Amino acid sequence: MATEVERKTDIGPPSYEQFLHPIIKENYGKWKYHNNLGPGVLEHVGETGSIFTVRVSSPRLVSTNFLNMIMDLADKYSDGYFRFTSRNNIEFLLANKDNIEPLKQEVEANGLLVGGTNNAISNIVHTQGWVHCHSAATDASGLVKSVMDELAEYFTSEKLPAKLRVAVACCLNMCGAVHASDIAILGVHRTPPKIDNQTLPNLCEIPTTVASCPNNAIRPTSIEGKTTVKVDEDKCMYCGNCYTVCPAMPLADPLNDGVSIWVGGKICNARSEPMFTKLAIPYLPNNPPRWPEVTSAVKKIVEIYADNAKPYERVGEWINRIGWPRFFDMSGIEFTKYHLDDFRHAGTTYRRSLHNRY
Amino acid sequence: MPDNELKLPLLDQLEEGPWPSFVKDLKEQAARRPQVGQLLEQLEQSYENRWDYWRGTAINVPGYGGGIIARYSDLGEKFPQVAQFHTIRVIESPGFVYSADALRQLCDISEEYGAGIMQLHGMTGDILLLGYDNEKMMDACEALMDNGWDLGGSGNGMRTIPCCIGPARCEMACYDTLMLTKYLTDKYIGYLHRPEFPYKFKFKLSGCGNDCANSVSRSDMPVIGTWRDDIQVDQEAVTRFVKEMGQEWVIGNVTSRCPTRCIHLNGDQIEIDNRNCVRCMHCINVMHLALAPGKDRGATLLIGGKRTVRSGDMVASVLVPFQKLDSDGAYRAFSGIVERIWDFWGEHGNEHERVGEFIDRVGLGTFLDGVGLEPDPQMVANPRSNPFIKFEEYAAPRLDGEPHKAANVLNREPDREEDYEGEQP
Repeated sequence: MATEVERKTDIGPPSYEQFLHPIIKENYGKWKYHNNLGPGVLEHVGETGSIFTVRVSSPRLVSTNFLNMIMDLADKYSDGYFRFTSRNNIEFLLANKDNIEPLKQEVEANGLLVGGTNNAISNIVHTQGWVHCHSAATDASGLVKSVMDELAEYFTSEKLPAKLRVAVACCLNMCGAVHASDIAILGVHRTPPKIDNQTLPNLCEIPTTVASCPNNAIRPTSIEGKTTVKVDEDKCMYCGNCYTVCPAMPLADPLNDGVSIWVGGKICNARSEPMFTKLAIPYLPNNPPRWPEVTSAVKKIVEIYADNAKPYERVGEWINRIGWPRFFDMSGIEFTKYHLDDFRHAGTTYRRSLHNRY
Repeated sequence: MPDNELKLPLLDQLEEGPWPSFVKDLKEQAARRPQVGQLLEQLEQSYENRWDYWRGTAINVPGYGGGIIARYSDLGEKFPQVAQFHTIRVIESPGFVYSADALRQLCDISEEYGAGIMQLHGMTGDILLLGYDNEKMMDACEALMDNGWDLGGSGNGMRTIPCCIGPARCEMACYDTLMLTKYLTDKYIGYLHRPEFPYKFKFKLSGCGNDCANSVSRSDMPVIGTWRDDIQVDQEAVTRFVKEMGQEWVIGNVTSRCPTRCIHLNGDQIEIDNRNCVRCMHCINVMHLALAPGKDRGATLLIGGKRTVRSGDMVASVLVPFQKLDSDGAYRAFSGIVERIWDFWGEHGNEHERVGEFIDRVGLGTFLDGVGLEPDPQMVANPRSNPFIKFEEYAAPRLDGEPHKAANVLNREPDREEDYEGEQP
């Protein structure tokens, strides 16, 4: 007999009005324009006054210690009001312009950076990695830390041609949705799952496991009288979908897993349409704790973009203007047969024109 | 376990450098919470062996079909404190706005029952509270709900909805993203907590074409603000801007970057051919002191964005070019479209088939028929270029006997004999 529990349920999101600064409440939907007051600082001007935003870096994975520090700063400088951005930055929302400088100083004294606005690299959106995911080909938090250590000067300045958005996803599932960022760092598996035929029959539902494969590479089979599955290794593209439904098919492979680099994605509609990221580097070794191959590859792409793109040109727009051959030439990245699409709609990526460049 | 006993030679190397270090932060937390120390020790082992030690499974809180991401460690014997290390997804405050007092409440719950670590925010928009074992997780959920925090979505249901800052702090917002987020979540909270769709369904809400919520690539149904009338121009501010930046700069960086060349600089005044403006936002972004979106504001509803798995990348495409979102009636009209999509996809979608993949399979024409919308040239980049048209007066019935209206010759469902009963020559 189950005991009945009385509980509030289906509550929904908290009512956001209670978390809005009084100045924001007064000017909700009535903002006139904004001013950029230097890297990481914005002023939004409404009908009855201004709200000042100070944008601050965050590792996203944080302790209550860290948050207490943030909340104490909010109490001290922004009447307790703050928010987070889509890319996991923290934004203090200040009514008093005079609080900007002392807040910045205290933020920096606590080891955080102010920046990420306008033509800067904002915080890297990323996934869980080895900290908490079951199908990660690489870590996310450590990779982000390593890359952002190299790129910090682009967070705290506005010296890039346009905004630059970097994303990390630790496997092809791409919870990090890296397919539309300027630069994407993607963990890759390169070998098929290894089936544990001892545990699989007890652990996994065979039809679900078979159905999970986008390429129909998984088939039921019988080994020593037990029903299990086999994988057609030619068809497998290492997406990890099967491992998500069947933990007896681990995909991780310490020797062969790695990291790939993608460029030129864009979500915003300004000037050009949203674009997917495209493959730049198919494979780099997975080298924790600092991933030197990945950080130097990303930094190099950022630097040639910074030196060559025109104002307001996002990475994808810049590459479209100069052409992919020049991108590979300038970046020194080798163009291989892995850059040629062979999945669905592959033909849409082949060039039909005689627009050669030399 | 005190901090100084942790042996983390690889992770220690992530303490240095200008970017804030999660290792430093978590090591301090480990001094108070032993499970965080063991989390770091397991992570150190992952770094050493390049191996992932987590296994996922499903756990639910009674009455809920999602919201918990269960994780068990393969190294549970060595690190018993993280043997069960589940994540609770908590619905965020729309626009990610908080007061210190509200977040302190979450911190207290997180400290009392879990590891005292969290992620702000997850890719779904949720607040992710980490580090709960089976028992404490239930207690934590009770405490959360008692304090007015609800569990987020997971599995094959509607997911937690994130949105951009919208009218709370942005002059570009063309509709109230926060209010619509709250409305949709409250209205459809049952679909969020008790998943019953073929697969996940994500909304993401952005107030303008800059799409700060990354909705077009990351959600099944992006709602992106736009307008129908003319861009608002403050010619005095234009004059000041041109004087400050120079004509050449304005031509090089604003007017010549317009995708349809519909904006011109005439001396120090701006002229816009609004009939040819595609509302891309570039000129408004650059000259935000002088230009603003028009006054007849609403949103474009798109459909079918998602990432790779299973059938490859999809950026969402236009479903309703313009939807007003400024009244109860407009909200109801929008909800009507949403519900018809869920009905049609829910009935005909395959298991684990996102709505974008479903449309790819059955064709946009069939989908529009199913949800009661008329084809519109704003929905396509261009009309078809192949001649394999299945004229519907000759088409076989499909989709459980419904007349085959807008056929897609490549992705047709297999013919079934009963469909032809009585029609065979």
